[in-house]
Amino acid sequence: MQRKDRLSAPCSTASEETGSSRRHFISQLAALSAGLSVVTPISRGLSETTPPARGPDQAPEEGTLVDIALQVNGTTRKLRVDPRVTLLDALRERLDLPGTKKGCDQGACGACTVLLDGNRVVSCLILAVMAQGKEITTIEGLAKGDQLHPVQAAFVTCDGFQCGYCTPGQIMSAVGCIREGHAKSEAQIREFMSGNICRCGAYPNIVDAIKLAVAEGKEAI
Amino acid sequence: MIPKAFDYCRPKTLPEAISLLQQHGDAAKILSGGESLIPMMKMRLAQPEYLIDINQISGLEYIKEEDGYLKIGALTREADLEASDLIRSKYPLILDTAFSIADPQVRNLATVGGNLAHGDPANDHPATMLALNAEVVATGPNGERSIPIKEFFVSLFTTALQPNEILTEIRIPAPPAKSGGAYFKLERKVGDFATVGVAAQVAVDAKGVCQQAGIGLTNAGGTPIKAEKAEEFLRGKPLDDGNISQAASLAADDAHPSSDLRGPAEYKISMVRELTKRALTKAVNRASQER
Repeated sequence: MQRKDRLSAPCSTASEETGSSRRHFISQLAALSAGLSVVTPISRGLSETTPPARGPDQAPEEGTLVDIALQVNGTTRKLRVDPRVTLLDALRERLDLPGTKKGCDQGACGACTVLLDGNRVVSCLILAVMAQGKEITTIEGLAKGDQLHPVQAAFVTCDGFQCGYCTPGQIMSAVGCIREGHAKSEAQIREFMSGNICRCGAYPNIVDAIKLAVAEGKEAI
Repeated sequence: MIPKAFDYCRPKTLPEAISLLQQHGDAAKILSGGESLIPMMKMRLAQPEYLIDINQISGLEYIKEEDGYLKIGALTREADLEASDLIRSKYPLILDTAFSIADPQVRNLATVGGNLAHGDPANDHPATMLALNAEVVATGPNGERSIPIKEFFVSLFTTALQPNEILTEIRIPAPPAKSGGAYFKLERKVGDFATVGVAAQVAVDAKGVCQQAGIGLTNAGGTPIKAEKAEEFLRGKPLDDGNISQAASLAADDAHPSSDLRGPAEYKISMVRELTKRALTKAVNRASQER
């Protein structure tokens, strides 16, 4: 398929013709909707036709759609995305994985923390297209069936949350923190969990949960 | 918060990336860690038409000593600096700096090259590289050229990089024996940009007399600042409290911050003076502990 060729090329470029009023409408929709979910089905439809023509000096009205494959929780998921879509929005809006939460959407709160090749990152500051070829682990990929991951179990035991909104991010960050070897003392845990904000202030219990997980199940983490 | 539309490019080699830059010029931006650029694009403060993701280019992530330099590949992540035995043992100033940036999640992606090439005076590595007299290697269509860090920061968000060049390496002259450095950063909260920050690097002789001094200031003006008057003052003098205080006042004279939500300019200047004292004192302590 023509579309697939674009991915192997170093740059996705738009060169074909389509109705510009329709595209304009779609970009307005994108601006109006909170996420890109509204645009999704229409973009899919559009991709059956063709991307817009534009001269060398014109900026694109919207990013050229690209086909990508993401490795999420051990499964390959294929997607056609606007390159503007963050990994966070791709997970939540396109891949039915809403466990990863959107807090500030600018890399300051940690609610959207996931693991990328085993390292914790904020999924709001990485584009879905950048995550191609990486192993992505979300909160949904942590438990083995009904058996909670040791860090999840420790959060339950220690009551490491109140409202629970920041919890998936806290747990993913805690897994990263423990794997990095940055959970050796209470002070170190607090320092290396500084990227995760809890508005309820469940911090003491979160620290206890991480200490418990380290004590009980480090080799499993 | 959705960026303005752009085309996404994913070159696999440096020549491919440079050719894309030649093709698109100012309309293109290089994407490395993305931890500064992506938020700026989301707020539409940056609106590149082409985003050239250089993360697929191999051979740009390394930390090594070679030919009398510490060489850091531009795609080296902040977390890699923190984990490096070489950095931990010999370059405490760089370790302090990496550790003070944002939070662990951001440091897993953010790159040293990006921190410099972004040209933001609020970023932390610029002051450190000014204190260390680093050189920046820029690679373009005609090969590599080396830019002294002092000439690298031109104005707010503008560096000496040409539109067809990519920052590929940072070179730091290997410090002499009895060297030490420290970075002090005042933050409203952990992970925030610096209200102000000060990087200091010194080399002393057996008697504690200053052989070399480097001082860089973070977020104390429109560009990162090298406090040269203070550096010159210290050379050849004993690094005692009196001389450190004097140097701190000279560094504060070079600061010209603006008043904003992080505080009035007068406060920030006072903080430059105080943090310069602390950074120099810690740098001297670390230098005297070195063999």
